[in-house]
Amino acid sequence: MSVFSDLFYGLSVAAAPQNLLVAVVGLVLGTIIGVLPGLGGTNGVALLLPLTFKLSPTAAIILLSSVYWGAIFGGAITSILFNIPGEPWSVATTFDGHPLAKQGKAGIALTAAFTSSFIGALVAIILFTFFAPPLAELALKFGPPENFAVLLMAFATFTGLGGANPWKTLFMTFLGLLLSTVGFDVVSGMPRMHFGLTSLQSGISFVVIAIGLFGLGEIFLTVEEGLRIEGVEARLSFRDIWETWKMFPRYIWTIVRGTILGFWIGVLPGTGATPASFMSYGLAKQFSRHPERFGKGEVEGVVAPETAAHAAGIGALLPMVTLGIPGSPTAAVMLAGFFIWGLNPGPLLFKEQREFVWGLIGSMYLANVIGVILVLTLVPVFASINRIPFGILAPLIVILSSIGAYAVNNQVLDLWIMLGSGVAGYVFKKLGYPLAPLVVALVLGDMTEQAMRQALIMGHGSPAIFFTRPISAVFMAASLFLFLLPLIRMVWIKLRPKQPEAEPVEVV
Amino acid sequence: MKGARRWARRGLILALGAIFLLSTGTRLIDAAPTFSPTRPIEWVIPAGTGGGADQQARFMAPLIAKYKLSPQPLIPVNRPAGAGAQGFLYMLERTGSPHIILITLDNLFTTPLVQVLKKPDGSRFTWRDMTPIARLLLDNFALTVRCDRGWKTVADFKKAVESAPPGTFKMSGTGSKQEDEIIMVLLEQTWKVDFTYVPFPGGGAVAAAVVGGQTDFSVNNPLEMVGHWDAGRLCPLAVFASKRIPFGKWKDIPTMKELGYPIEYQMLRGIFGPPQMPKEAVAWYQDLFRKLLDTPEMKDFIERGAFDEAFLTGPAFERWLEEKERTIRNLMIKGGLIPKS
Repeated sequence: MSVFSDLFYGLSVAAAPQNLLVAVVGLVLGTIIGVLPGLGGTNGVALLLPLTFKLSPTAAIILLSSVYWGAIFGGAITSILFNIPGEPWSVATTFDGHPLAKQGKAGIALTAAFTSSFIGALVAIILFTFFAPPLAELALKFGPPENFAVLLMAFATFTGLGGANPWKTLFMTFLGLLLSTVGFDVVSGMPRMHFGLTSLQSGISFVVIAIGLFGLGEIFLTVEEGLRIEGVEARLSFRDIWETWKMFPRYIWTIVRGTILGFWIGVLPGTGATPASFMSYGLAKQFSRHPERFGKGEVEGVVAPETAAHAAGIGALLPMVTLGIPGSPTAAVMLAGFFIWGLNPGPLLFKEQREFVWGLIGSMYLANVIGVILVLTLVPVFASINRIPFGILAPLIVILSSIGAYAVNNQVLDLWIMLGSGVAGYVFKKLGYPLAPLVVALVLGDMTEQAMRQALIMGHGSPAIFFTRPISAVFMAASLFLFLLPLIRMVWIKLRPKQPEAEPVEVV
Repeated sequence: MKGARRWARRGLILALGAIFLLSTGTRLIDAAPTFSPTRPIEWVIPAGTGGGADQQARFMAPLIAKYKLSPQPLIPVNRPAGAGAQGFLYMLERTGSPHIILITLDNLFTTPLVQVLKKPDGSRFTWRDMTPIARLLLDNFALTVRCDRGWKTVADFKKAVESAPPGTFKMSGTGSKQEDEIIMVLLEQTWKVDFTYVPFPGGGAVAAAVVGGQTDFSVNNPLEMVGHWDAGRLCPLAVFASKRIPFGKWKDIPTMKELGYPIEYQMLRGIFGPPQMPKEAVAWYQDLFRKLLDTPEMKDFIERGAFDEAFLTGPAFERWLEEKERTIRNLMIKGGLIPKS
């Protein structure tokens, strides 16, 4: 039986009227969930899980996965419009998406986000369709040393991201790392840096910090600048979409890189879409001919994280379907659904549940096509939100942010953390400290530390384990190269004849 | 005349007494729950999304709705901070409420032992601060290895471990100073060997590490590894239960005890209420979960996950909890996971 006949069968399952309806409902709900900061795809899927009891397993997984895709599409909306990341993986989208919106180009930024999200998804689904089982095998070769090497590479791609002052970048990176150590340490089994507060034992949630630093900080700045969001005169038309699409061929390498990177990092259990989106952004900037434009409203800076995030979302389902191992928290909740539907997750699912697996794969194609059409037709609507007077919009944003921050861990302390980081975000912006390194360090610090310590335990304390395992060694070498790249470039520029001074780089 | 009236009065008193006795008697026999929830019930999971306890609560909550066992929905809420500490302390805040319950795993015992949990009044938190409702299931542990490593029996495995330098064999386990590590320490002490413990954040990742050859073995819960077993990747060598698991392929897997290694460990999957939960509410939840265990979906789940169905309530449950807590404390002290105190 060829993959193609399976795929056609899957598409026919997914195109059945009730499954199609379920997909549309899921996409709409998912988009709304993605827009609300903090609520997130994981919570959304968990909330809808009980409803799936009444559906067939195939319709149920289509509903939940459609919610997931919707959330990935929707996460970009608030990032671009209000600088508030609706989902962790859309933090990198704020770096360039929000500046674009401020320039009155919200329509372009949204179109770029949705389109690249769709392309990333489509390529990832094709990879999923043809290579799922062998890729799952390869993913199992990735243990703690390999994960550490990959995460180190994520850090490496971000060196030099902060802009002009390396000391400020370094300071923010260490602050982020410091914050990431708060909470429960898996390796020792003990809470640390919690100052006697039980609520802090779950760690400082990266989403809460991001909502505060980016969203609230931005509102404070706007208040100071005179209660006005720029871009009120934004042109609202479907021409934006066409204009944006014309730019896409230029970003082909960014898209290819983002998709492959995102898909693969999504497949690895224990990493997920967020590091993928950061890495893709960092690499796009590193390889760009004009990295100084990043952070100021470069369309490529929206394309890179979005392709990677959506590709990673698809990739995360791969180990779930093929091995019964969730690749992301959202996938973990879906896995609970398998038991409800009477399915046995694991390697035999592909053989035993043909309708389910191929129906899911078929629905990935259809749901993402429907999804992108859905969100693209709404671009003018979303973009027009910025026309609402700031006096009305700001309180609404603050309320939504607060609900979102509370929803992450169901604790009131997070509201204070959000407020605190809002003030910090304002101060940092004023003093020219870059926010991106802090957020990257906070989100990756925890995983990186855990992977490193697990690997060191496995290696009986010797760091040689990172270099003796072939996959790990390759990634370590790549990270070292990337770490040194800015230095190499500096030397290169010094050696070359003098060029006109580059314009000062604005802080992300 | 006077005597007759006195007799009449006595008769009346007796009759009233009889009615009283009868009425209480029927209540004792019938135990009809007089409580019924009037608000949605919060179901606290003292662990993260995707873990064993989380999967079970999220599996049971819709089942309860499907069979209309409760007039109000049960809403699972994760409060995972501090290895469950956040969830336990949250229960104290809701003292006396009949609309909140908690699903437990063994962190109910280990967490308060590893990190002393302080109640608002400064004293130490234990499970006694909550209202025990029922023990539902006991989760098993299986000594799990990759099938292609050539260890068909525990004896093969033990021989391989003994012939390698100490610490060569790596075990992946969930978290630190919790069930998995306790079992590993027991195994080390019984066999007089040394393993290297590599903590992972969840049971799925633990099993994947063995499949991928990152570690050599694990003591996974059946539900976490049975998919890999079906696919011929992971093989259980023995279970740590007191008797063999009576389902399907598990019937052929020996217990550690019958192989001559007296190591027994099972994990509690039970339900607790907040402090001073009304008695009628406790009875209502007991009735609810008793009925839930009898649904066909639950039977399938129990078989799939190789659980021991172990419904137990009241003083017997409390005695079991006392015993279990004592055992865990002794094991942890013996294994050097917590200081003697």
